[in-house]
Amino acid sequence: MLNNIYILNSIRFTLLVLVQVLIFNHINFIGFINPMAYIIFLYWYPLRENVSIFLIISFLLGLTIDLFSDTLAIHTAAIVTIAFARPVIMRFCFGANFEFQGFTFKNTTSVQRMTFLGLLIGLHHLVFFSLELLSFSHLLLILKKVLLTGIATFIVSMLISSLFAKEIE
Amino acid sequence: MQRIINFILSNRNTFLYAVLLLFSLGLTIRSHSYHQSKAFNSSKWITGNIYETSNGITSYFNLKKENNSLIKENRSLRKQLFNSKPINVIELDSSKIDFEIIDAKIIKNSFSSPRNYLTLNKGKKHGVTQDMGVITTKGILGIIENTSNNFATVQSILNTKSNINAKIKNTDYFGSLIWDAKDYTTVQLADIPRLVPLKVGDTIVTGAMSSIFPENIPIGFIKKFDLNASQSSYNINIQLFNDMANIKNSYIISNKNRKEIIELEARTDDAQ
Repeated sequence: MLNNIYILNSIRFTLLVLVQVLIFNHINFIGFINPMAYIIFLYWYPLRENVSIFLIISFLLGLTIDLFSDTLAIHTAAIVTIAFARPVIMRFCFGANFEFQGFTFKNTTSVQRMTFLGLLIGLHHLVFFSLELLSFSHLLLILKKVLLTGIATFIVSMLISSLFAKEIE
Repeated sequence: MQRIINFILSNRNTFLYAVLLLFSLGLTIRSHSYHQSKAFNSSKWITGNIYETSNGITSYFNLKKENNSLIKENRSLRKQLFNSKPINVIELDSSKIDFEIIDAKIIKNSFSSPRNYLTLNKGKKHGVTQDMGVITTKGILGIIENTSNNFATVQSILNTKSNINAKIKNTDYFGSLIWDAKDYTTVQLADIPRLVPLKVGDTIVTGAMSSIFPENIPIGFIKKFDLNASQSSYNINIQLFNDMANIKNSYIISNKNRKEIIELEARTDDAQ
């Protein structure tokens, strides 16, 4: 049953939202670090699906998390941005051959995959925290939050992705 | 026309992205200057119920601690009661009471973002409406921002939009309580003039200028103060009495005279 891409992604969507809002939003490590592990949805999402649908699903994912965290649409703006930028980031990480039919995650190196995940997280956090504070006088605070939360998100995402390594096609 | 349609179709993902981004940016920026959005907040049925379920499980782990803090509060209230001057007639007529108290559990807390909101498990059905004050046993917590039938969201004092009237205890010097988003144990008190004698450790309480909170609800004590850039008033850092990271129970205060006060103020504004 898990082979069906729609069911698999629906389950992922629900579980990631629940894990994010019930666990990761309340970690508050050293006061403010809450890893945003739901980004891994975009890392896992199939490579050759309709981009418009992918954008809309990302939008819904962001909006659901915003609804729970009372952050209005900051998560939404950030996740839609990285969903849109995903093809560009992929071309940067995996070279031009990622558009070919035979391309899968299996024949990429782990460094390539980590760069891909790192860039997704970096861009997401940059958009997220800039919108959250929305002022240039807090530039240092923004950078500090991007860096520290980014590292936390990266570690948690790597752990989750290695825990469920089979699911990556 | 054909060309325009072709252009839009060939770039449809970019357009879709632009629309989605504009929608979310619009929502975000509007909320920075105005109230939280009515449609997107965690007082909604589904979010509220998920938080309630999760809270139902996790709240067992803190029962002992919660009991202790409630007993402590009861003890101090008893002490006040026994030491107060005896009142011959206890007022039972509820129409003569100014403030009504509704108890509520905090089912979602947040203190790490610059705009923090909490979710409570009481809503319209229990008589909670927008702009009621929320306190805990130790001090103030925030103001009700949105309500649904069973849940309510609270704009925390740890919110850059929050602005509450506060004063130095036993004086009438008042200022406004704000937060600079840096540390969740510290808030700032602005607009206290230079002439006021201050000491580190002075207690700060809510002022009488607000129709939301009753006077003299504890907030915190002065941790540090210095003059601002124009040398005319103080910047005061206040250490909160509440541990904002660890709160479970709260009380919602409804002021029965609030409607009258607001009507009167509106009429005065119109007359000017």
